[in-house]
Amino acid sequence: MPALSPTMEKGNLAKWLKKEGDRVKSGDIIAEIETDKATMEVEAADEGTLGKILVPEGTADVAVNTPIAVILGEGEDKSSIKAAKPAQQNKAAESAPPAKAQKSQAKTQDVPAPKPAIAPEPPALQAASDPDIPEGTEMVTMTMREALRDAMAEEMRRDKDVFVMGEEVAEYQGAYKVTQGLLQEFGAKRVIDTPITEHGFAGLGIGAALAGLKPVVEFMTFNFAMQAIDQLINSAAKTLYMSGGQMGCQIVFRGPNGVASRVAAQHSQDYSAWYSHIPGLKVIAPSTAADAKGLLKAAIRDLNPVVFLENEILYGHSSQVPKLDDFVLPIGKAKISRAGNDVTIIGWSMGMNYALKAAEELANAGIDAEVIDLRTLKPLDTDTVVASVQKTGRAVTVEEGWQQNGVGAELAARIMEHAFDYLDAPVARVSGKEVPMPYAANLEKLALPSVAEIVEAARSVCYR
Amino acid sequence: MAVAHKDPSADAKSVADFSKEQELSAYRTMLTIRRFEEKAGQMYGMGLIGGFCHLYIGQEAVVVGMQMALKAGDQVITGYRDHGHMIATGMDPKGVMAELTGRSHGYSKGKGGSMHMFSVEKGFYGGHGIVGAQVPLGTGLAFANRYRGNDNISVTYFGDGAANQGQVYESFNMAALWTLPAIYVIENNRYAMGTAITRSSAEVNLSRRGLSFNIPGDQVDGMDVRAVKAAGEKAAQWCRDGKGPYILEMLTYRYRGHSMSDPAKYRTREEVDEVRTHHDPIDMARHRIIEKKIANEDALKKIDGEVRDIINQAAEFATHDPEPDVAELYTDVYR
Repeated sequence: MPALSPTMEKGNLAKWLKKEGDRVKSGDIIAEIETDKATMEVEAADEGTLGKILVPEGTADVAVNTPIAVILGEGEDKSSIKAAKPAQQNKAAESAPPAKAQKSQAKTQDVPAPKPAIAPEPPALQAASDPDIPEGTEMVTMTMREALRDAMAEEMRRDKDVFVMGEEVAEYQGAYKVTQGLLQEFGAKRVIDTPITEHGFAGLGIGAALAGLKPVVEFMTFNFAMQAIDQLINSAAKTLYMSGGQMGCQIVFRGPNGVASRVAAQHSQDYSAWYSHIPGLKVIAPSTAADAKGLLKAAIRDLNPVVFLENEILYGHSSQVPKLDDFVLPIGKAKISRAGNDVTIIGWSMGMNYALKAAEELANAGIDAEVIDLRTLKPLDTDTVVASVQKTGRAVTVEEGWQQNGVGAELAARIMEHAFDYLDAPVARVSGKEVPMPYAANLEKLALPSVAEIVEAARSVCYR
Repeated sequence: MAVAHKDPSADAKSVADFSKEQELSAYRTMLTIRRFEEKAGQMYGMGLIGGFCHLYIGQEAVVVGMQMALKAGDQVITGYRDHGHMIATGMDPKGVMAELTGRSHGYSKGKGGSMHMFSVEKGFYGGHGIVGAQVPLGTGLAFANRYRGNDNISVTYFGDGAANQGQVYESFNMAALWTLPAIYVIENNRYAMGTAITRSSAEVNLSRRGLSFNIPGDQVDGMDVRAVKAAGEKAAQWCRDGKGPYILEMLTYRYRGHSMSDPAKYRTREEVDEVRTHHDPIDMARHRIIEKKIANEDALKKIDGEVRDIINQAAEFATHDPEPDVAELYTDVYR
């Protein structure tokens, strides 16, 4: 009795279409079988003569793998049926999949029940520390926009397999001017304007990466990457695993993420939680120019698909970047942006903007906040967060995204798992409100996390 | 309106002249695919293969003829009905079968299964489970060839069902815009799962689907391996000459259901029998071989026996190969 679907356990032998003594060849329909879903035709898999029907038509509930007939090969005659029958049964039993074999074993009393399969421990993550900046290194003030551009340019100079593609990245110089000057330096072969076709060019970039190139795919914003998300997840993130490690995908998807200003619900959304849910992807979301540069260079060199979440509002913010020939930062390492002892505030990207301002206000109120910039959302640097909470005993998470299943929820869970005994108060989450982003200026402000909300949350976990 | 595999409007009427060796080699490979798939169906029935299992039986001439038109370095990518493509590109039936049974020496160490197998060495880029997703990926393979300035081409296979996916047309547009060396092979087996092409497609002549991108297309008798090879060579030359993409619609037919659990009630037994009896790619090749006295019945029987042995060995290997080590659970997520 063949299994005709992944879930079939037994079937009814509805009808024999061949009788004993008939010649059959591969592909001939020999019987009809009723399953719980349909009546299926059974084809002969071997050539020969139908020697004996073992299960007559009309038999109900025949277990999968029960022999239903014997087909005699060339040179065999009916006398070999007896010999063939038990052999065939043995073969079927022997070759049954392990899961089923285990099930039948468990029923036998004198056989000890097999140990339930337990997944092994996941590998421990060990991110390197930031490189030391040599004393006397010149610090250059630049915008995040310039830092990102420099990172791409440096990597393109270093490796001819790196190229940039996306909407308006070349002639227009980037919808947000992040790719400014790249076309002039590297030419149209390596700085490629695409049609407005996110699903297509994301897939095309992944295909090029499967062939060994190192694309940097810009989405004009991550809102539009929703059109391409199947390719990012099903093709980019999973292929290495599905190929048993044979074929990977070195590619960076980058562009502005999160809330812009007064563009309403379809153009204002934080995808941090979405992408950091996916095994096989790395997710980075920097808040400073130096981190943007060092991490984008690392992302381009990383052998795995990386989602690099930028922020439109932060593009114009200036901060200091070390002037080094090759400034690369480790992926997967959080940074303590402000040291403190009373409460840990955890943010990334635009959330850091609110968090640092809140820390200043809290300092004025006598609360010494430690602010952690996650920088990388996947893999998440649990160690840095836990060490800080073990010190402060209190934590507040900050994100633009929605609360349910958000990164803050994940942080709260990890803090509970690893620092429960150190907590002096429940973890507080400051987040975007669970509404589509409104257009009206006053409502938009309310929908976002704010400095005041962080201050309030920090005070509440400090009971002050 | 039914689209027959011998549609009189078929553009590529010409068939390639096969040498004796080519006839025999095509016959052998098509037969290997057929026997492999029959064995896979049988092993599925025994519970050795799980999940989905989409058999290629009936369509063998398409992939075998196309492969004869390619050279080393060219890339092949397809959807989930992919076992035939793997065997045609020279992947080892043992490794393919062991992947179907989810064992450690499968091509993906048992982690991919029927729909997700790859061989960088053989230029086979999968094996993709999302309908139509392989089309931008295959276009990206062509992009990489163009970027590197080599003369390799990519062949992207998809079915009449996938031909209605939006990303196919996004890919056509970019491939034509950037003159990428991409052959799109539409394997029109007349049914997208259970939906006949006439019930799913406003334009059933799929070779015309590139018209608005200026991509030329031919309808090809996909049951005749010689016609497939001739069309494949024409398209490959077009791509290697730097003229951009080419569409080949292969009029073919699958004998089995969409997947193992498909009772195929959306078509008549007579329809299937008609194709099997009169247009079977392997039977036709066999008749030609006998008729042209390329080989006699005994010689063909010998080939049949050799193929059967290879497949039996593959099945044997795939049955006894151990499952992947539990430590493999966490490997290959990142590298």
